[in-house]
Amino acid sequence: MNDMRRIERATDMKETKISARHVNVHYGDTHAIKDVSVEIQDKTVTAFIGPSGCGKSTFLRCINRMNDTIDIARIDGDIRIDGEDIYDPKVDPVQLRAKVGMVFQKPNPFPKSIFDNVAYGPRIHGLARTKAELDEIVEKSLRRAAIWDEVKDRLQQPGTGLSGGQQQRLCIARAVATEPEVLLMDEPCSALDPIATAQVEELIDELKQNYSVVIVTHSMQQAARVSQKTAFFHLGTLVEYGETGDIFTKPEDSRTESYITGRIG
Amino acid sequence: MTAVPLLWLILIVLALAAVGYVAGRSRAMASAGGNSRALHSLPGYYGYNVALTVLTPAFGLLALWLLIQPVWIDMRVSALLPDSAIADSSTRDLVMSDVRRVAEGLQILGAEGAPDVVDTSFLEGLRDRLGNVGVALGSEIDAAVYRAALSYQDMTRVGTGLMWAAVLLAAVGGFALSYMVTNKDFRARNTVERGILIVLIGAASIAILTTLGIVLSMLFETRNFFADYPWQEFFFGTNWAPDFRGNSELAILPLLWGTLYISLVALIVAVPIGLFAAIYLSEYASNRVRAVAKPAIEILAGIPTIVYGLFALITIGPMLRDYFALPLGLGESSSSVATAGLVMGIMLIPFVSSLSDDIINSVPQSLRDGSYGLGATQSETIRQVVMPAALPGIVGAILLAASRAIGETMIVVLGAGAAAAQFNRGLGELVNPFEAMTTVTVKIVSQLTGDTDFASPETLVAFALGLTLFVITLGLNVLALWIVRRYREQYE
Ligand SMILES: Nc1ncnc2c1ncn2[C@@H]1O[C@H](COP(=O)(O)OP(=O)(O)O)[C@@H](O)[C@H]1O
Ligand SMILES: [Mg+2]
Repeated sequence: MNDMRRIERATDMKETKISARHVNVHYGDTHAIKDVSVEIQDKTVTAFIGPSGCGKSTFLRCINRMNDTIDIARIDGDIRIDGEDIYDPKVDPVQLRAKVGMVFQKPNPFPKSIFDNVAYGPRIHGLARTKAELDEIVEKSLRRAAIWDEVKDRLQQPGTGLSGGQQQRLCIARAVATEPEVLLMDEPCSALDPIATAQVEELIDELKQNYSVVIVTHSMQQAARVSQKTAFFHLGTLVEYGETGDIFTKPEDSRTESYITGRIG
Repeated sequence: MTAVPLLWLILIVLALAAVGYVAGRSRAMASAGGNSRALHSLPGYYGYNVALTVLTPAFGLLALWLLIQPVWIDMRVSALLPDSAIADSSTRDLVMSDVRRVAEGLQILGAEGAPDVVDTSFLEGLRDRLGNVGVALGSEIDAAVYRAALSYQDMTRVGTGLMWAAVLLAAVGGFALSYMVTNKDFRARNTVERGILIVLIGAASIAILTTLGIVLSMLFETRNFFADYPWQEFFFGTNWAPDFRGNSELAILPLLWGTLYISLVALIVAVPIGLFAAIYLSEYASNRVRAVAKPAIEILAGIPTIVYGLFALITIGPMLRDYFALPLGLGESSSSVATAGLVMGIMLIPFVSSLSDDIINSVPQSLRDGSYGLGATQSETIRQVVMPAALPGIVGAILLAASRAIGETMIVVLGAGAAAAQFNRGLGELVNPFEAMTTVTVKIVSQLTGDTDFASPETLVAFALGLTLFVITLGLNVLALWIVRRYREQYE
C-alpha cells in the first residue's frame, strides 16, 4: 500500500499529455463511444479495461486517428496532444501517427527482414540520413524493445520467422523506431504465452520513462501490474478513471466493482 | 445392344437400390423393435448402406464391362480375319471398321439366318439391303468380312447377355449381403462413410485416368511422328514448310517464336492494366464502385474468344495498320503480332485482375494497420507492404494468364494470320510487331483439317506440337501452383 501511495504522488506531479473532451464515435448507426472525457498523463502507463465491445479499441484508435481508415466511423469531440487539436484540419493524420505509435493485438510483422521491419518507419519519415544512422536507430530500437540480443545475428532473416513473443517485441521496436511520444497498445499480450507476456510487461515498465503509454488489456492482473492509472469503460461510456490502486481497492462505481470482481465481463 | 436395353438394366439396378433403401431401413427399425434410438445409426443410414452396396459394385462392373468388351471382341475378331481378306491398299484397321459396320447393319436388319453358301450374289444383295437401312459400304463385302461380322455379332450378343447376368448378380448379391447384416448393432453410419469415400475416389481417379489417357495417346502419336521425321529437325530446325506431297520441313521453332512473342505482347498489355485495376478495386474503390466495377471487368472473361478474334480482325487490325504500321513504314498487313497480342491482352485482363484482387484482399488487414500505424500513406503501404506480401500470389496469377495466352488459338488466327515466322528473312522481320505471324496452336489445327490420313508426318506433327505445348503449359501451371501454395502457407 505504501508503494502504491508513492506512485500516486509521483504521477500527480506529471503533466497532461493527451486530453480528450466529450468524444463520441459512431460506426454507422452504432454509437460506440459516448461522451468520453479523459486526461492522460505523460511518462505514465494508463490501462483501459472493460468488457469486450465496450469501445476500448475504438477510443484508443481515436488517439492516432486510425479510425480515419474506416469509412463508416464518425468522430466528434476534441482530442488534444500537448494542447494541439489532433482533429484540426491542419493536422496531417499520417504525420500524427508517426508521433503516436501503435502496437496491435496480434503481432503483425511485415513480410520483410527483421532489419527492414524496424527500418520501415525511419525510412518513410526520412529519420536517417546515412546507412550508419539507420543501423544505429535499428539497433537502439531493438535494444529498447529488449530483443536485440536475440536477433542481432539474424537481422536479415524474415521477421515472420520469429516466435510470437519475439514478433510482438519486434513490433514494439518498430513502433519505437519512429521516436513517438505516445505509445498505444491494444491488448499486446493476448496472443502471447506467460513468459513472453512477462517480457513485454517488463518492457512496458521501461518504456514509461520516455513515453506516455496507453494499454488496453483484458487482464485485471496485468492492469494492476503495469499501470499507474486505470480507466474502466462500459457500454461505450467511461465509468471510472483514477489511480490504478484506487480502482482496484476502492472502486467508486458499482459497475467497476462488479467487473473487477468478475461479475460482469 | 442398342441404348434401350442398357437403359433398362440401369433402371432395374436403380429400382433394386430404391427397394434396398426401404427394406434396409425397415429391417433395421424392426430389429430395434421400432425404437430408432436403440439403433447404432440413424435409420436412413441402414437404407443407404443397402442402396450403396447394390449400386456401387453393379455400376462399377457395368462401366468396366462396357469399356473392355468392345476392345476384347475387336481383338478376337481381328484375329479371325485371314491376311488374304486385307487388300494391298488397305489396312487391318480399315477392314475391321467395315466388319463393325456390317455387324451393325445386320443388327438393324434383324434376325436373319446366314445362308448355307455365302456367294457373290448373296453378298451383293446384302450390300443393297444394308444400303436401304442406311448403312452404306464403300466396296463389295468380302466373304471373310461377312463371316467376321457374323462372329462379331455373335460375340457381342453373348457378351451382352453375360453382362446383364453379371451386373444383376452383383446388384442382387450386394442387396442380399447388406440386407443380411442389417440389425440394430450394425454400424451403418461408418459403412456408408466408407462407401461414399469409395465413390469419391472413383470420381477422382476417372479425372486423373482421363488426363493420363490423353497424354498417353499424344505420346503414342508423337512416337509415330518421330519414327518418320528426325527429332533434331523438329526441335532445332528453323523452317516451317509443310508439304503434303512429302519433303516437308517441320520445325517447331518458328511457331514457338510466334507463340512466345504474341503471348509476351499480351502479357505486356494485361499485367499492368489488370494489376492496377486490382489495386484500385481492392484498396481504393468504395464498396459501391466495387460492386459495379468488379462484375463489369469479369464480363470480359465471359466473351467467347472468337468474338475477340472478330474484334481483332475488323477493328484493331486495320486500326494498327493505318495509324502505326503504314505511317512508320513497318508493314502493310492488318494481321500482326501487335493485333493479336493487344486483343489477347484485353482478354487476359480479367484473369490477372480478378486473381490479383483475391490475392491482395487476402493480405491480412493487420499488416495494413501496422503500416498506417507507423505513419505510412496509403500508396506507401500498398507499395511497401501489401505488394511484397502479395507478390508470389500475383506472380502465380501472371503465370496462369501466360499459360492461357500460350494455348489461345482463335484470336491468333483472326488477328495474326496463319503464316509461320520465317527465320531466313532476318531478325528485323522476326521482331517486327507489325508482321503477320502464327502460333503452335493454329498450326495444330491447320495440319489436322482437310482431307488427311493420320499416317504422314505432316499430320502427325500436330501431336508432337501439341505435346510440346502441353509440356510447356503444364510446367507453367505447376510452377504457378507451387508459388501460390508457398504464398498461402505464409499466412496460415
Ligand atoms: N470497424 C467497425 N465497424 C463497425 N462497428 C465497429 C467497428 N469496430 C468496432 N465496432 C463496434 O464498436 C463497438 C466497440 O468495439 P471495440 O472498440 O472494438 O470494443 P473493445 O475493444 O472494447 O472490445 C462494438 O459494438 C463493435 O461492434
Ligand atoms: Mg478491442
